[in-house]
Amino acid sequence: MGLTSYLRSKLVSADLGDQVDRMHKPIGSLGYDPWGYNNEKVKVGLSLTRQLYEKYFRVETTGIDNIPAEGPVLIVANHSGQLPIDGLLIGYALAVRKIRPRIPRAMIERFFPTVPYLGNLLNEFGAVLGDPVNCARMLANDEAVIVFPEGVRGSGKLYQDRYQLKRFGNGFMHLAMKYNAPIVPVGVVGCEETIPALANIKPLARMLGIPYAPVAMPMVFPAKVHLNIGEPLHFDNQELPEEQVTERVDQVKAAISDLIDKGLSERKRLF
Amino acid sequence: MAAERRQHILITGAAGSLARRVIDRLRNHYDIVAVDFREQVYLGDDIPSYCIDLNTRSFEDLFRRYSFVGVIHMGRIMSSQLTRMRRYNANVLGTQKLLDLSHKYGISRVVVLSTFHVYGAVAYNPALIDEEAPLKSAGLSADLVDSVELENLATIYLWRYPDLNITILRPCNIVGPGVRNSISTLLASRRAPVMAGFSPMMQFIHIDDMADAIVLAYKKTRRGIFNVAPEDWVAYQHALKLCGCKTVPIPSIPPVLPKMILDTLKLRSFPSYLIAFFKYPVVIDGRAFAREFGFRPWRPLKEIFRFYRNNKQLV
Repeated sequence: MGLTSYLRSKLVSADLGDQVDRMHKPIGSLGYDPWGYNNEKVKVGLSLTRQLYEKYFRVETTGIDNIPAEGPVLIVANHSGQLPIDGLLIGYALAVRKIRPRIPRAMIERFFPTVPYLGNLLNEFGAVLGDPVNCARMLANDEAVIVFPEGVRGSGKLYQDRYQLKRFGNGFMHLAMKYNAPIVPVGVVGCEETIPALANIKPLARMLGIPYAPVAMPMVFPAKVHLNIGEPLHFDNQELPEEQVTERVDQVKAAISDLIDKGLSERKRLF
Repeated sequence: MAAERRQHILITGAAGSLARRVIDRLRNHYDIVAVDFREQVYLGDDIPSYCIDLNTRSFEDLFRRYSFVGVIHMGRIMSSQLTRMRRYNANVLGTQKLLDLSHKYGISRVVVLSTFHVYGAVAYNPALIDEEAPLKSAGLSADLVDSVELENLATIYLWRYPDLNITILRPCNIVGPGVRNSISTLLASRRAPVMAGFSPMMQFIHIDDMADAIVLAYKKTRRGIFNVAPEDWVAYQHALKLCGCKTVPIPSIPPVLPKMILDTLKLRSFPSYLIAFFKYPVVIDGRAFAREFGFRPWRPLKEIFRFYRNNKQLV
């Protein structure tokens, strides 16, 4: 047994491995799907995330069973904390839930595929470039898709703007309507405190070709994270003017805002 | 009763392994005439074979001598071969001459072999690119312009002269015994360069499956543009591992560094203008072709990679 295989056998528990194998994904003969998802890497990813979820961020999740067990679904959450930790924790919570777990696919910012090592790693763990074509194909494949409609506006916001929702794009709503996918709102509380940013050095970000260059401590703080998952929202597939689509987006935004308030009121301490 | 007259088919690029396989599949039912700009290949006494440049005037004599019914154009010079200018002359102007003659002599079926490279490798590519996607390659590298131009030309003729019944095939990486393209050379080598930190998803089709696809396309008159790829995917570095290759990482950032290194090394199998294809995925959707032509590839990826593992540097 090689070193990699030995480490993998120590890291990945048998029950987690079996659970991933039972959640059938449409993969090819070598364990990949067209977006780079890889069954074996997902097992390693979930095992590593378990440590973060249970020990480091001590995540408290409520309402995880609100996410439908099958069919296309968009899991829409607020985005925060400079790194996509929120997506990782939501994904883990759904993948290890007791009743009918699912491995969701997270839509990631467009600059991640250009980052060496990280881009590939995220793809192997099931993350997908946040492109409308990709999202549409995921929903057509009956996948559960995690979306952050704020995009980098949310993840790159400063600590002084914490828990203030930024502008939501309308793209997710058009896709939800087209593919008849329910939208499950999620309020994430705690990720804002993991990497609190005091400022954003925009010229440096432009020079490096990254969306933002935060002034922050070079560490991820072990803030306690609360995930509040709401009831699914259903929107019919009517031909609507963009103004009315925006109204529907605002309904989702309001639901997420309520869930954030719930999380903040439940939170007893930051760490 | 007089024997039924067999149709004549012109096949270009006859010296290539893929063309030979296509010829083997068609020779029992059609009279084949083979041409190649590189060499005159012997394909048996029953197949006239010519070494000829499509741009020469004498090329038209073949159309006068044989009453071709169909043309299968596989004589595309790959991006890793010859100079940019010679490739343009052969691939673009040569194809134009071929299509003009096809129109002039009333050819009723044309199959053109293109490549998935025309889509271009960019970080923002979605997976399962379909045939309607824009061809970004020309904007990314001047060395791939001829591939895109060849396609554009074929597309213009497709709509302008519907009687030619042109079908353009955009296959993924063609690999297997005898294939001499850059990806096949890499899989067959003992050490292959990779871009550090990048292992894009790739698709591979066995040369025999591709030959089957071309024959199917020729036999069923269905105009249009089609991707050809199996529904199976693998990361580049994983493919190399399965082929028994050791990887040699090339620093990938800043972007100017790998270009400088590869321009200096001048590796034929890993040219600098193909860097993006080893960083970002170009995963195409071959389902339309499979559906329209009843195509199903038979050789699995494991069999393909086993061949390369057992035949290091022998292809």
